[in-house]
Amino acid sequence: MNALELDRVSLSRGEKTILSDVTLAVGEGEFVGVLGANGAGKTTLMKAVLGLLPLDKGDIRVFGKPVSRGNAAIGYMPQTRSLPPELRLSGRDFLATAIRGDRWGVPLPGKDDRREIDRCLDAVGAQHLASHSLGDMSGGERQRLMIAQALIGSPRLLLLDEPLISLDPHQQGIVVHLVRDLSRSLGLTVLFSAHELNQLLGAVDRVLYLGHGHAALGKVDEVINPDTLSRLYDAPIEVVRAGGHIFVMSGGQIVERDRHEGHTH
Amino acid sequence: MRGTPTRMLEYDFMQRAFAASGIVAVVAAAVGYFLVLRGQTFAGHALSHVGFAGATGAALFGLSPLGGMLVFTIAAGVSMGLLGERLSGRDVAIGIVLSLALAFGLFFLSFYSTNSAQATSILFGNVLAVSKATLGSLVILAFITLAALAFISRPLAFSSLQPELAEAKGVPIRLVGVLFLALVALAVAQSVQIVGVLLVFALMVGPPATAQLLTNRLIPGILLSAGLAVAEAWAGIALAFHVDWPTSFCITLLSAAAYLGVLLFRRSV
Repeated sequence: MNALELDRVSLSRGEKTILSDVTLAVGEGEFVGVLGANGAGKTTLMKAVLGLLPLDKGDIRVFGKPVSRGNAAIGYMPQTRSLPPELRLSGRDFLATAIRGDRWGVPLPGKDDRREIDRCLDAVGAQHLASHSLGDMSGGERQRLMIAQALIGSPRLLLLDEPLISLDPHQQGIVVHLVRDLSRSLGLTVLFSAHELNQLLGAVDRVLYLGHGHAALGKVDEVINPDTLSRLYDAPIEVVRAGGHIFVMSGGQIVERDRHEGHTH
Repeated sequence: MRGTPTRMLEYDFMQRAFAASGIVAVVAAAVGYFLVLRGQTFAGHALSHVGFAGATGAALFGLSPLGGMLVFTIAAGVSMGLLGERLSGRDVAIGIVLSLALAFGLFFLSFYSTNSAQATSILFGNVLAVSKATLGSLVILAFITLAALAFISRPLAFSSLQPELAEAKGVPIRLVGVLFLALVALAVAQSVQIVGVLLVFALMVGPPATAQLLTNRLIPGILLSAGLAVAEAWAGIALAFHVDWPTSFCITLLSAAAYLGVLLFRRSV
């Protein structure tokens, strides 16, 4: 069964068309990098998969079922970092707030809940962060905990929205490898959005490139080529390879660089 | 010698002061913990200003100031919750509304024959003058507030920290936000009875902020916050009784001293 299927989906945000008649399928266990210009709709696509946005046309299925808000099969790490910088809350209690967080009542974790928290902390190698305050952690440590939080409830599909934002290149590499290992060891399907392709090279199985209402899903070489990208950008695009890196150029400029500060779209 | 602790408790008004401040301190500190966690402390400040107009207006018409305060703070709290994000970054509009509320309070006060005592007790609290009837109201309000807070606390904690994730998981985050601000309104109206409009932070922000410096655990933090608030309120009343300073001043002094003391201690170790 496919983890995610889009069948002739049209989706818009306000006046802007995000997807226009897009059909694609992501297989179970695939690690897919989601790329595209700022505003191309990476976040919007994830919100639609979560059942938070209505579709104009078509339908989206997650493990064969229509999307619905609160789908326990999906783990999600939002792009917006709303945590206060000085937050005095331990990593363990931060994770615990997500356990049955949609039910009324007092958040007193039971024995099973504590075991679930330990499982998620272990999965991302963050047991040492359990008693630290989030306010004292580095960006990479917080990101690790947020990935752990996304694993609560054993989801089968992970939607990670820009997990590399505001991390240094070294931390970015660590997070990408962590997610790839999680995907392999737990058989998780992952949609991982990023604004730079090179961080994901060698780790992702396929890439999903969004632009101007179109979407291209395939191996890196199938998607990151002048023909496909020129169609997505609706402008002539060159692809330059140098030193194991790939640069997407338009009119002599690198696209997708430094244009991503704190936007949601 | 004005007093051993037993002498102090021989007075009915002192017994009522300890009972009222203890009950309200627990409510204020528990609600305040989430206020601090959510970075919404301004809401406590804003609601107390709005409540001032309600309390003075109600008294003018011979109604209970506590009742008037509740109506105004709850209406304002729910409106703030419904407006939600549209309020963020509207400092000018918020500032104008708040000063307008205070001004209306002053306007209502101008019709009183003996306005200064009334004004002082609403602005700065008068815990020594809590009547039996007011104490009864506070007990009921405290019970309602704490029960409702316990009921919403899990989705509240979740949506306070990770609103987008909570929304995706099916938490009605707007409803939770509105309910929470209604509880803040209730807590503010109760706190004003003890420390007054201008000093609600002493009970609603000081103890939770101190507790969060001392523990980074959620439930222990809430319990510690409540314990600190009760200790500060009671010690403040006892101190005021012995040295004959204003009670609200003593409570606020202890609240600030506890926060600064812990902050400095943490810095030095």
